[in-house]
Amino acid sequence: MNNSKKPGEISIHRVLVPTIYIVFLLLPIYWLLNMSFKTTNEILGSFALIPLDFTLENYIKIFTDPTWYKGYLNSIIYVVINTVISVSFALPAAYAFSRYRFLGDKHLFFWLLTNRMAPPAVFALPFFQLYAAFDLYDTHIAVALAHCLFNIPLAVWILEGFMSGVPKQLDEMAYVDGYSFPRFFVKIFMPAIASGIGVAAFFCFMYSWVELLLSKTLTSVAAKSIAATMTRTASTAGYELGLLAAAGALTIIPGAIVIYFVRNYIARGFSLGRV
Amino acid sequence: MNKTIKQSAWLFVIPVVVLVAFNALIPLMTVVNYSMQETFGDNVFFWEGLTWFEQVLNSERFHDAFIRQITFTGIILLIEVPLGIAIALCMPKKGPWVSVCLVLMALPLLIPWNVVGAMWNIFALPDIGLLGYVINAVGIDYNFTQQPISAWATTILMDVWHWTSLVVLLAYAGLSAIPEAYYQAAKIDGASRWAVFIWIQLPKMKRVLTIAILLRFMDSFMIYTEPFVLTGGGPGNSTTFLSIDLVKLALGQFDLGPAAAMSLIYFFIVLLICWVFYTLMMKNEQQ
Repeated sequence: MNNSKKPGEISIHRVLVPTIYIVFLLLPIYWLLNMSFKTTNEILGSFALIPLDFTLENYIKIFTDPTWYKGYLNSIIYVVINTVISVSFALPAAYAFSRYRFLGDKHLFFWLLTNRMAPPAVFALPFFQLYAAFDLYDTHIAVALAHCLFNIPLAVWILEGFMSGVPKQLDEMAYVDGYSFPRFFVKIFMPAIASGIGVAAFFCFMYSWVELLLSKTLTSVAAKSIAATMTRTASTAGYELGLLAAAGALTIIPGAIVIYFVRNYIARGFSLGRV
Repeated sequence: MNKTIKQSAWLFVIPVVVLVAFNALIPLMTVVNYSMQETFGDNVFFWEGLTWFEQVLNSERFHDAFIRQITFTGIILLIEVPLGIAIALCMPKKGPWVSVCLVLMALPLLIPWNVVGAMWNIFALPDIGLLGYVINAVGIDYNFTQQPISAWATTILMDVWHWTSLVVLLAYAGLSAIPEAYYQAAKIDGASRWAVFIWIQLPKMKRVLTIAILLRFMDSFMIYTEPFVLTGGGPGNSTTFLSIDLVKLALGQFDLGPAAAMSLIYFFIVLLICWVFYTLMMKNEQQ
């Protein structure tokens, strides 16, 4: 359909629109990088499109100061724990929702989704009290479990869509062939919805990585997330814009790596679901 | 798909229910507790009934924050959804360009929210930020830390920057699921570009667009970190959305009773809107 009548005209806007959009997306990121290579004096003293007094000082500080680089490690640890828990708990539940009718199934599904809708601001303080009561305050597992509140419902929702796209005959044929249920689930069913698992994991990673309010409320020192470290710098250590910019620029990297790995799943993935 | 009735399927769901209930019900009960009692510390509580709810529902502060929230959510949905669809329609279908586009477009989605706020703060500062500097150089007086209109424009632009890609990715996934045969049939019938969009592409995208709109509604209605870092809710209270107001009330002033009541009202509004949306979605699906 795209090059039916006027191929020239159509291909121009097909290149132009995405390009303009991507340039718009990259401009603030470019500015962040630009700032991260400047000294504080240069940032506050002048306006320049490229760093005139190029420095790696901000990055060196982050990689040598444990309060900074531990922030990244802490964040990655709880994000990975959360993604593993969310997806592995959601898999059987999504299977039940996509294959069976049972008492209260629709209400239960909606109740799960309602937790995706709960504003984190509502839960910040009660979460603090809950996890403190269980002696989990300031641990990675606390943040990972807290993020399950919105990630598990999302993972169930996504996986259920993918599983409903897989014909039921697959299950029946496996039983005829003498597969036990766990073996069927791991050997046949999970590979069949691999892209769905990829998409669900991507979304869990994403929402856990970007969340600030709960991770900040639930940690203080031992499991402090990079986001919390950054807000502390912004408020107490004066106005160290260069350092803040460098820290921000580094938070983009894990996300970029994850996107690179799942880029094909995302486009193909959603189309396999109930689209 | 016709599903088998099987009550033991509950066994598959129990782990999820236990984990989510632990995270959802216990904190929710804490909120309910606070919302109906008065405390002066030391775990001494006095029954207050629905006083806090009345107080919150009648307060001008809550009304203002609510109106700001609805306006903000409305504006960003009206911009992001059509824009996202338009960009998805312009995306190439095959080739190495697709991966490059997808990776670059998904980038803003994976940046921590406070970094998004900090990044836009640096980007929009009138004296040292690229955006602020350019706008002022063109001759428009712009300073988002002092003018409510500039603060709003910056917050909306930031959200468009941050989230339009989600709509693009979902719409693009919906589009790439349409078989080529549909387009050929349309071509034979001599259908216009617009007709193809209305009768083929839009219906096929309905499912993913519903997901996109629902996710964008929920997340924008709960927005906290980005405007908090960008503007701090100011200048004045001009960008104090519901979540920011709630955190100010609960952690800033430590008015736990009214804050808890406001939490419940807030949660209830989100639930109500999503329930209506969900019911409509399910009805559509059954047809």
